[in-house]
Amino acid sequence: MALKRFLAHKAAVVSCVVIGLLTLFVVLAPFTSRYGINEAVQGPPNSFLTPRSKAWLGTDDIGRDIYSRLIYGVRVSLLIGLVSALISVTLGALVGATAGFRGGKFDDIMMRVTDLFLAFPFLVTLLILRNVLGALPWLKPLTGEMDTVRFIIVLFSIFGWMSVARIVRGQVLSLKEREFVEAARAVGASRRYIIARHLLPNSIGPIMVSLTFSVVGAIIGESTLAFFGYGPQAGAGATSLGILVGAAKGAVQTGFWWLAVFPCGTLIIIALSINFIGDALRDATDPRLDRGV
Amino acid sequence: MENIDCGLEKVREETVLRYIFRRLAWAIPTLVLVTFLVYIALRIGTDPVESYKRSNPRVTKAKVQQYIDINGLDPNYVRGYFKWLKNFLTGNWPRSIKGSREVWPKLKDAMANSLRLGVAASVVGISFGLVIGVIAALRPGGRRDVIINTSAFVGISIPPFISAIMFQLLFAVYWQRWFGYSLFPTSGVYPAGHTGFNLFLMLKFMALPTLVVAIQTIAGYSRYMRSSLLDVINSDYMRTARSKGISERKILIKHGMRNALIPVVTLAALDIGGILGGLIITENIFSYPGMGLYFLKSFGDGDFPLLMPWMVIIVASILLFNLIADISYAWLDPRILLD
Repeated sequence: MALKRFLAHKAAVVSCVVIGLLTLFVVLAPFTSRYGINEAVQGPPNSFLTPRSKAWLGTDDIGRDIYSRLIYGVRVSLLIGLVSALISVTLGALVGATAGFRGGKFDDIMMRVTDLFLAFPFLVTLLILRNVLGALPWLKPLTGEMDTVRFIIVLFSIFGWMSVARIVRGQVLSLKEREFVEAARAVGASRRYIIARHLLPNSIGPIMVSLTFSVVGAIIGESTLAFFGYGPQAGAGATSLGILVGAAKGAVQTGFWWLAVFPCGTLIIIALSINFIGDALRDATDPRLDRGV
Repeated sequence: MENIDCGLEKVREETVLRYIFRRLAWAIPTLVLVTFLVYIALRIGTDPVESYKRSNPRVTKAKVQQYIDINGLDPNYVRGYFKWLKNFLTGNWPRSIKGSREVWPKLKDAMANSLRLGVAASVVGISFGLVIGVIAALRPGGRRDVIINTSAFVGISIPPFISAIMFQLLFAVYWQRWFGYSLFPTSGVYPAGHTGFNLFLMLKFMALPTLVVAIQTIAGYSRYMRSSLLDVINSDYMRTARSKGISERKILIKHGMRNALIPVVTLAALDIGGILGGLIITENIFSYPGMGLYFLKSFGDGDFPLLMPWMVIIVASILLFNLIADISYAWLDPRILLD
C-alpha cells in the first residue's frame, strides 16, 4: 500500500532505475571501465585530452581516462555513503527510540546536545570532528589513519546519527501514546521489548527516509571534504567522486570543461536521484494524506 | 473578539516573559560551556603548541612558555580554559602565530565581508522564497506548483560548491569566450589593488556568490513556506472561518499567512544565526575574504589565537539566534509553553 503510493511518484521510480543501473555498473567495475584506475590512455602527449573515442570523457592531468576513474571513484563514494548511513541510522534509531520512549533527563540532555551540534555550521563541525578523531590515539584501532576510507566512514557515522536520532525520537513520541503500546505495557512487556518489537518496526517509514538522506549527506560530505583536500587518499592514485570534483575547481580557469562537467554531473545525478527516492518514501509512508498534493 | 481575550492576553504575556527570562538566565552558562567544549576540541584537534613551533621553527623555550601562558594552554584543561577566558574578556588577545599580527582587525574585516554577503543572500533568498512558496501553495497540484516544486527540489539537491563552480565556468570563463568580456568577476571583494569604498564595484563582485547562496535559500524557503501554508489552509480552524462566511481572500491574508509564517520565521532566525560560518565553501570558491576563508586558513595553520575568537563569535551568534527563535516562537504561539 505504501509501495503503491511510492510507485505513483514517477520521478522516484526513474531515480530508482538510475541508481540501480549506476550501482550495477559500478560494482562490475573491472568489466565496465575501460582502463585501470591509474593507467594512462596512451603514451604522451596524453594530458588533458578532450573527449574522444579513445577516452570517452577525456583525460586528466596525467593522461588517465576520466570515464574509468569516474567509475572507480563513484564506487568508493557509494561505499562510504552506504556504510556510514547504515551505521548512523542503526545507532541513531536506537538512541532516538530510547530517548523518546524513556523521556526524562536522558531525553532532555540528548535533545540539547544534538540541537547544539546540529546548529553549528556543517563544515566547521566536520573539520573539527575530523581532527579530534584523528588525534585521539586510543581510537586508532577503530578508525585507522586520517586519510583512509575507514576513517571517513567512522567520521560520517558519528556525524550522522544525531539527525536520525531526532527524527526517530519524534516518531516514537507520537507512537508512545497509542493503544498497542499501552496494551504491551499492561501485559508486562519490558521497555526493551516494547522498543524493539513495537516502536522500531512501526517507525520504519521515517527510518528509511533518514537512511536515504544520510546516504546523500555522506556522499556530498565526502565530496566537500575531498574538495578541500581532506578526503580519503587511499594510495596509488585511487580516487573518489569527491577528489574528482575537487579537481574541477582548477579546471574552471583553464577551460578544461570535461574535468568539471562530468564528475559534477554525476554527483548531481546521484544526489538528485537519492533525494527523489527519499522524498517519495517520505510521502509514501506519511499517514497524513490530506495535504492538498 | 479582542475584548473577550483581554484577560487571557495578560496571562499570556506573563508566562512568555517568564520563559524569556528563564532562557536568558541560561544563556550565559550555556555560552561558557560550549566555548569550553570548543576549547577542548581545538586543543585536541589542532595541537596549538606544535603548530606554534612549526610556524616559528627557531623559537626559544621561553617563547613557547610565553605562548602557552597567554593562550591558556595549561596541561590542566580547566585551569587553562579560565586563563584563556580571563585574557579574552579583558581584551588581552594574543597575536597570531604567523607574523604576530593582531587578531581583531582581520576578524573584523572578515566578519564585515561575510555579513554583507550573508545578509544580502538571506534577504534576497528569503523574500523570493516566501513569495514563490505562496504562489505555489495557492493552486496546489497545478502546473505552476509542480514546476516550482521540482525546481526547488533540484535547487536544494545540488550542493552549493557545484553550482558555484558551474556559475564560475559559465559567467566568467565562457561568457568571456563568447562575448569578449567577463560579466561577473569570480574572486575577491574588489579588483586587485583597489582601495577605498566603491558601491558599484562591490556589488559587481558580490553578485555571483550571492546568487549561489540565494539559490539554495530560495529553494529551501519556497518549499517550506508552501508546505506550511498548505498545512494551514487545510486545517480545521480555516474551515471554520470559511463556514462563517468570511471571504477567501481575507482568510488567506489574516489567518493563513500569519500562522504559516510562524515556523518559517523561526527557521529563518536559526539560519541567520548560522550565516557567519555557513559560507565557507562559497567563499573558498570565489576567493571571497570572509569568515569562511579566515577559518580555513587559521585552521589549516593550527593558529589557536586566531581560531578561538572566531569560534566565540560563531557560538555567540548561534546561541543568540537560537534564543531569538525560541522566544519569537513562544510569543507567536504560546501553546508550546504548555508542556
